[in-house]
Amino acid sequence: MEIVRPQSHRNLFSSNDAVSVPSLPLYRSAPPLEVRLEDFESFAIDRLRVLKGISDGLSRGKKPEEMEKLVKELWKVNMRHQHASEVLNKDIISHFVLRLVYCRTEDLRKWFLSMECALFRYRFRFLTPEAQRAVMDNFDLTCRAVNNVEFESIKEKLGQVARSMGQPSPTVDAIFYKVPFEEVPELVAGRKVFISQGYAYVAMNQVVSLVATLFRSQLSKTLILTNRVAINCCRKWTSSIREQEKHRLTPIVEALSSSYLGPDFSQPREYAEISLKDIDQVAKSSFPLCMRHLFDKLKEDHHLKHGGRMQLGLFLKGVGLNLEDALAFWRAEFSKKVGLEKFEKDYSYNIRHNYGKEGKRTDYTPYSCQKIISSTPGAGDQHGCPYRHFSEENLRAALSRMGVNSRAMEDVMDKVRNRHYQLACTLTFEALHGMTCDAGINHPNQYFSDSQKILQPKKDSSAQNLVTARE
Amino acid sequence: MGRNRLVLTLRNHLVHGKPQGLDIQGEIFFLSSCHHTCTSSLYSFFIHFSSCKSSSIFIQMIPQQESDFDHNYLKPYYGKLFPFADIFKWMTYGHDGKHPGCDQSYFGRREFSFTLKGDFYLRFQSFNNALELENSIKEKCPLKIDIGPVYTVDPAKRHAYAQGDNNVFAPVERELIFDIDMTDYDDVRYCCRGADVCLNCWPLMTIAIKVIDTSLRDDFGFKHILWVYSGRRGVHCWVCDGKARRLTNEQRASIADYYRVYKGNENSHKKVSLMGAALHPFLATSYTNVLKDYFEKILLTSQNLLATEERYEKILSMIPDESIASELRGKWQDSRRSSSAKEDINVVRWEQCKQLLQSGKHKAQGLRRCVEEIVFFFTYPRLDMEVSKHMNHLLKAPFCVHPKTGRVCVPIDPNQCDEFDPTTVPTLFQLLEELNNEGLRADVNGEWNGTSLGNAITLFRSSFLEPLQKACKEEIERSYNLKLQQSKNSVGW
Repeated sequence: MEIVRPQSHRNLFSSNDAVSVPSLPLYRSAPPLEVRLEDFESFAIDRLRVLKGISDGLSRGKKPEEMEKLVKELWKVNMRHQHASEVLNKDIISHFVLRLVYCRTEDLRKWFLSMECALFRYRFRFLTPEAQRAVMDNFDLTCRAVNNVEFESIKEKLGQVARSMGQPSPTVDAIFYKVPFEEVPELVAGRKVFISQGYAYVAMNQVVSLVATLFRSQLSKTLILTNRVAINCCRKWTSSIREQEKHRLTPIVEALSSSYLGPDFSQPREYAEISLKDIDQVAKSSFPLCMRHLFDKLKEDHHLKHGGRMQLGLFLKGVGLNLEDALAFWRAEFSKKVGLEKFEKDYSYNIRHNYGKEGKRTDYTPYSCQKIISSTPGAGDQHGCPYRHFSEENLRAALSRMGVNSRAMEDVMDKVRNRHYQLACTLTFEALHGMTCDAGINHPNQYFSDSQKILQPKKDSSAQNLVTARE
Repeated sequence: MGRNRLVLTLRNHLVHGKPQGLDIQGEIFFLSSCHHTCTSSLYSFFIHFSSCKSSSIFIQMIPQQESDFDHNYLKPYYGKLFPFADIFKWMTYGHDGKHPGCDQSYFGRREFSFTLKGDFYLRFQSFNNALELENSIKEKCPLKIDIGPVYTVDPAKRHAYAQGDNNVFAPVERELIFDIDMTDYDDVRYCCRGADVCLNCWPLMTIAIKVIDTSLRDDFGFKHILWVYSGRRGVHCWVCDGKARRLTNEQRASIADYYRVYKGNENSHKKVSLMGAALHPFLATSYTNVLKDYFEKILLTSQNLLATEERYEKILSMIPDESIASELRGKWQDSRRSSSAKEDINVVRWEQCKQLLQSGKHKAQGLRRCVEEIVFFFTYPRLDMEVSKHMNHLLKAPFCVHPKTGRVCVPIDPNQCDEFDPTTVPTLFQLLEELNNEGLRADVNGEWNGTSLGNAITLFRSSFLEPLQKACKEEIERSYNLKLQQSKNSVGW
């Protein structure tokens, strides 16, 4: 790509991607396009909004149907262009710019890869069958369709697989693709395909999974290559490029990788900033059950195992507890059991690590409900989602300790039995706060901030009264 | 009898296919079948045997040890018996330097780890050749030897390569491994708990081997599979095909999940859930070919799964239809002794249970697969997911000696796994005694040949190592020729 001055409008277009895949490029090679400097940054930021939006949606535990809608919306809003013919260009350019930015470290690569793959997967779903076929051609898949003879020999097994998933047996004209099982790990894990002699037989409606895996492995390889090339280029770049150019692009590239565009609870809201003395009070009033349980256990045992420390620690960070107060909080509890010295030696490092002050300096984000629900607490662990991981007996006891009345309790337990753990938590919230929570609980910090929103105004007004009374 | 308390270690012996459970410990070699009863008194037990009519009973009494293991005995074990050459041949996977296509660095990039006496743990041990491996083990006498993955570079030099974010020290190859442990079945076996294992519950391991081995070959197309006795209460599986060694963590996890059926902990209730109008072909085949028969013909009776109220309640609790459960409960509560004492009560009750569940009269939700779910719950393999999912997971090497039992981790032939008996696996003491008895014989094959270890090593070589080496050599040659061809083409005139 060539970076040109704003006056130039030429846009040569001859990417082989576009010729074979009009709507969903595979980003195999950087196209010979000319990009205006302002587009360089703005295209990338628009795409970044889409990727961050996906990231946000996933961490809130959105279901696949919701994610589909979200992706469609995000793409429509951010990736359009005044000239219809430029839409594809913007798509391709923005991808490659972000690739340059996000190839530099392992963490960035991992994040970029996950989000681009999720984006690809949902966009693939929206394609027409012909367009999907075209993508599959690009991956050499159409030639791996199962012929009639083979189909006949395995028809019964294919039928068993379909019926095991509650689907009808495949008809005579159903298309199946025979691919090495390594290419469809998701389908293998869920026993959703028939596997024989190392090959998986993938149905047409499962092709998304296959294509997504192939896209992912392709992108993963090129990202690492891009990194090596970029390192080499940068060396050549910085030494041979004109001073002006360097100062134009480098800051943009640097800024892009650290910009964040939405709430992920890594930045606490103002009203939610709590200090050490507030914790006991807000724990009773505004913590969701999972955090309340951890908090109570910590006060009781003066100890928590690693999973619990992570889950509660990051939650507290999201709620607004700063590093100094966090250290004081954990120190106060742990030193009662293990002593001051051992706390400093063994535990304080991890707390600082959570706040991004040690090691990789990653500023960890608090866990979403999805993540907590899917965790697997073992013996001695207190983390996880009580609605999922507690027995009915224990859960009832915990809920009544929180103050949930018996009628609400039954509704909550009903949700739990049907495995709607987040809905159960939402009902608990509603029972305790006397108000509905339409959005539903997707994140413990969301529970906390919503709770504070309801309780705070009352708090403020009572403080006001105090002030006026004094006067 | 002497002042030392002589304790007989008795082996459960299969007579007419029915296991005879005996409480007293003693080592007895039955040369002819003889029905006997046991008494609690040691002396009277002895008397009973000596008065037994059959003259071909031979009793060997051995003094009871704390366990059949003593660290000092590892030295002669490693000195004379441990098959270093075979382990080396296996681990080189054909890269022995004899072919120009060999990767000379391959063996040196493999991680070994040693657990030494006093719980010292040495990780990231690596060796350039067989001699270095042998000398290090003989010198250190590890209680346990673990095998890790092959890394990008020699593990001993890893610090030089781990810089910042771009970690160049990473695993590149590792066998696909499985670990099946009897303690994971504690809720379905009544004969033993925890670390104990007997011939009544060992069939659970046999089932696991059959189901997983068949699937690894038929479904995934793997060919070079080694099953090893873990030394106490389980089995390990090493899948060594090139394709398997190069699997990513995600792919390993997907295979482990493919095999996962039992899900749960002490808080959850239903641990096996088979939904859908049909079973996945893999589950269906396993059920028809292995699980059903083992459940109905062996485990039902040997574990007395329906004989007492406590036990049948456990199964009744798995039936979602309360009316069926109460009907069965009614039948069983009354009939303490059924009219025909000939047929085993467990078998009779299971038939009654099946009839009601499969009659089609009750079409309640969740009833469809109830019979299968019960069978799967009691028999289907339970793998340790974490072991299989990560390339860097270490696993104990075959031919180690288990420190708690003294037994050698010998290979198990999957085709004859029904006949494998964990209680007759050679122990450290036994082997050294055999060595002493044989005298100093410099056998070209190694001194193990005259001992009970001979069969184990022969099995290792013939059924696993030799076919594997052949395949590896072919692969090396093939890819070498391919490279030659490619470079010729690129040079091309």
